[in-house]
Amino acid sequence: MLGLSKKDTSLLIIVCILALFAPFILNPFPEGSAMAQFNAGYPDLMQRLVIFGIFAIGFNILFGLTGYLSFGHAAFLGVGSYAAIWMMKLLTMNVIPAIVVSIIVAGAFSLLVGWISLRRSGIYFSILTLAFAQMSYALAYSVLTPITGGETGLQPKYTDPRIFDRALEQGESARANLFGLQMNSSAELSVGNWLFTFNAGYYLAAIVMIVAFYMSIRIFRSPFGLMLRAVKSNQNRMNYTGMNSKPYTLAAFVISGMYAGLAGGLLVAMDTQVGAERMFWTASGEVVLMTILGGAGTLIGPVLGAGFIKYMENIVSKINKGILEQWFAFLPDGIEDLLITLVYPFIGKGWHLTLGMIFMLVVIFLPGGLVEGGQRVAAMFRRKKSNPETPDGKTTPAE
Amino acid sequence: MSNSNLTRRGLLKTGAIAGAGLAVPTYLSADGHAYTNAPQGATVTLGFNVPQSGPYADEGADELRAYELAVEHLNGGGDGGLLNTFSSKALKGNGILGKKVEYVTGDTQTKSDAARASAKSMIEKDGAVMITGGSSSGVAVAVQALCQEAGVIFMAGLTHSNDTTGKDKRANGFRHFFNSYMSGAALAPVLAANYGTDRKAYHLTADYNWGYTTEEAVRSSTEALGWETVNAVKTPLTQTDFSSYIAPVLQSGADVLVLNHYGGNMVNSLTNAVQFGLRDKLVNDKNFEIVVPLYSRLMAKGAGANVKGIFGSTNWHWSLTDEGSKAFVKSFGTKYGFPPSQAAHTCYVQALLYADACERAGTFNPCGVGEALEGFEFDGMGNGKTLYRAEDHQCFKDVLVVKGKENPTSEFDLLEVVEVTPVEQVTYAPDHPQVAGGSLGTCNPGA
Repeated sequence: MLGLSKKDTSLLIIVCILALFAPFILNPFPEGSAMAQFNAGYPDLMQRLVIFGIFAIGFNILFGLTGYLSFGHAAFLGVGSYAAIWMMKLLTMNVIPAIVVSIIVAGAFSLLVGWISLRRSGIYFSILTLAFAQMSYALAYSVLTPITGGETGLQPKYTDPRIFDRALEQGESARANLFGLQMNSSAELSVGNWLFTFNAGYYLAAIVMIVAFYMSIRIFRSPFGLMLRAVKSNQNRMNYTGMNSKPYTLAAFVISGMYAGLAGGLLVAMDTQVGAERMFWTASGEVVLMTILGGAGTLIGPVLGAGFIKYMENIVSKINKGILEQWFAFLPDGIEDLLITLVYPFIGKGWHLTLGMIFMLVVIFLPGGLVEGGQRVAAMFRRKKSNPETPDGKTTPAE
Repeated sequence: MSNSNLTRRGLLKTGAIAGAGLAVPTYLSADGHAYTNAPQGATVTLGFNVPQSGPYADEGADELRAYELAVEHLNGGGDGGLLNTFSSKALKGNGILGKKVEYVTGDTQTKSDAARASAKSMIEKDGAVMITGGSSSGVAVAVQALCQEAGVIFMAGLTHSNDTTGKDKRANGFRHFFNSYMSGAALAPVLAANYGTDRKAYHLTADYNWGYTTEEAVRSSTEALGWETVNAVKTPLTQTDFSSYIAPVLQSGADVLVLNHYGGNMVNSLTNAVQFGLRDKLVNDKNFEIVVPLYSRLMAKGAGANVKGIFGSTNWHWSLTDEGSKAFVKSFGTKYGFPPSQAAHTCYVQALLYADACERAGTFNPCGVGEALEGFEFDGMGNGKTLYRAEDHQCFKDVLVVKGKENPTSEFDLLEVVEVTPVEQVTYAPDHPQVAGGSLGTCNPGA
């Protein structure tokens, strides 16, 4: 279907189902129950899950296929965001121009950065991209304050020109919309004690994510993707055969930059605010973590990694001591205090610690990321009923 | 490779999904409440959004302590704290409007994005009807705009930039803390009285929004009294060693150094300046002096002995002896064992002011609460008579000019109050050039 093999089609269908039914999947616990703390089915987090999924899918096209580790991808996300917010300030609150322009601007910027950085490979490439990202951050934070709003960032204001929109009435605030459908409008469905929220902005982001995922499958399976893999496996050998690999790596860099710009534009479409921290090097590091945690070079890995990290950031970081005390209240005092003392460093502001430990465990025991974990579990079941189609469990030919 | 084989199983699957998709909208119901997160049941949820990691984590921790204390007092626990000295007697210690106060916490990380994500999850997931806290103006402006869109009240925590209630003001946002303009207006006369009126000032300014407004405020107030500004240099926010910025100061012929820095920046720049021996120098036959426009106890602690004799301004200090301050220091000290910082004070007061406004308005509706806060005059909160001005949602109250204490008696006793600048002297017109350019808009109740 759609030019995909049977296996890829089923993967795409799984992603579609996960994305479209996320409001149900992420809200497994009834309202008001003790476990409701772990529900992630509210619009803001769901939007972030799919948007950072797009960001990671794009990053994976560069890192997973060519092996070039960019440490400055957040710069493209940030540039896309600034482009999008300016479209909203100047043209219209409709999200379409904002998203389209964010992709174009991020693409152009990544062409510049890639053209310079790709003169080197390996660690030098990583450092160059990191330097570019930090420069962009510093510029956005202070020097370019008239354009970027500096520390305060940018938001749509009552006084913005917005030449395509009708003038706002007094007191009406500008809201991001898609031809009148407001991005923050939600419908709610309550079934028993469960409350499911269907948010317009989330579904827009989810559909864009599905399209982005589909395009990434096509890139992975194309001759172009094969060329990129060749760069990863042995660039020297490629060069000796007379191939010039630079256009391919540059194309991959620009494509992944455009994905980052798209994610940046969508972030603005969902939440009309840009701050310079979006371009800080930790944000660039985060997308590397997402990709490696999920499984670099796999199709669905980056999406899983992005979801995992954003879930940790938003859910685990909000558990505070009071909530812990509620959980362990049934235990005798001494044990309760002991457990709270033991668990407390890993929750709330300590969520980074938890994430770091999980990351270490994954890298050590599952080098292929969460995807490898899934494959191992699947293989355990598959071993029982033999699979005649691929007796060695591999679908790729040996090198 | 394309294969469009229609299988029985595939058809069934697609049909089921499509059917479910079509059936969903018939179950959907629009939210029928009058405003966002109208409290249901016997509790009301407030969102405390403070920096728990990053450069201002110390302040955030103190803010959170203050909020926990405020919730305890609102629910009738503890010794009642400022409820006893507050001039409005609407709060009974039975929660807000009879509903028990509960709270959720989040980490702003002192990043606008993270702060908005955290505030959004409080509003969307936890049903918070008010968001408060924060320790940076960038975060305050970002979260304030979010609360305006979402239709909840935002009670700003520690934010000192003019913009929060200046060009970025919003109808749903309120600030109790003072601002850069007030610092400048309160400091200038004290500086002129102590250092004379023919001084040459050199500014080092943190290179971001708050730095700019503070520099502008101090500069225009001191220049109005006869000072001359020799130079103003911007320093990167991430700078930790300021020696390369301090060296040129002496060559410039300036005899006063103004450090428009906050937090760790100020601790480092002040330490560098003192280590360079600036304060022992004689320039233009005058003692070289250093000024820090915004002081906090936590910063004074970081800079140690270097703060001795250095002037600055602050919103509140625990050594004040009015009834309100004494009551607050007592209940905070009893609970936590040390005196509160100004960040803790402003956050505690904001929580109480919000609760009181709900009681007086008889509703949690942001529009009703906003109306109750606008133009509200109160006393007994530690700052003397205070007005929540309706035009820009900024509190107007006395400002403290403080000085690093020469002989501190404890690690908390680092600042002494030099002068309480009366409110008239720090009041400005809502369209003053330093704050002009914004519009409150109208209140948004959401839903």
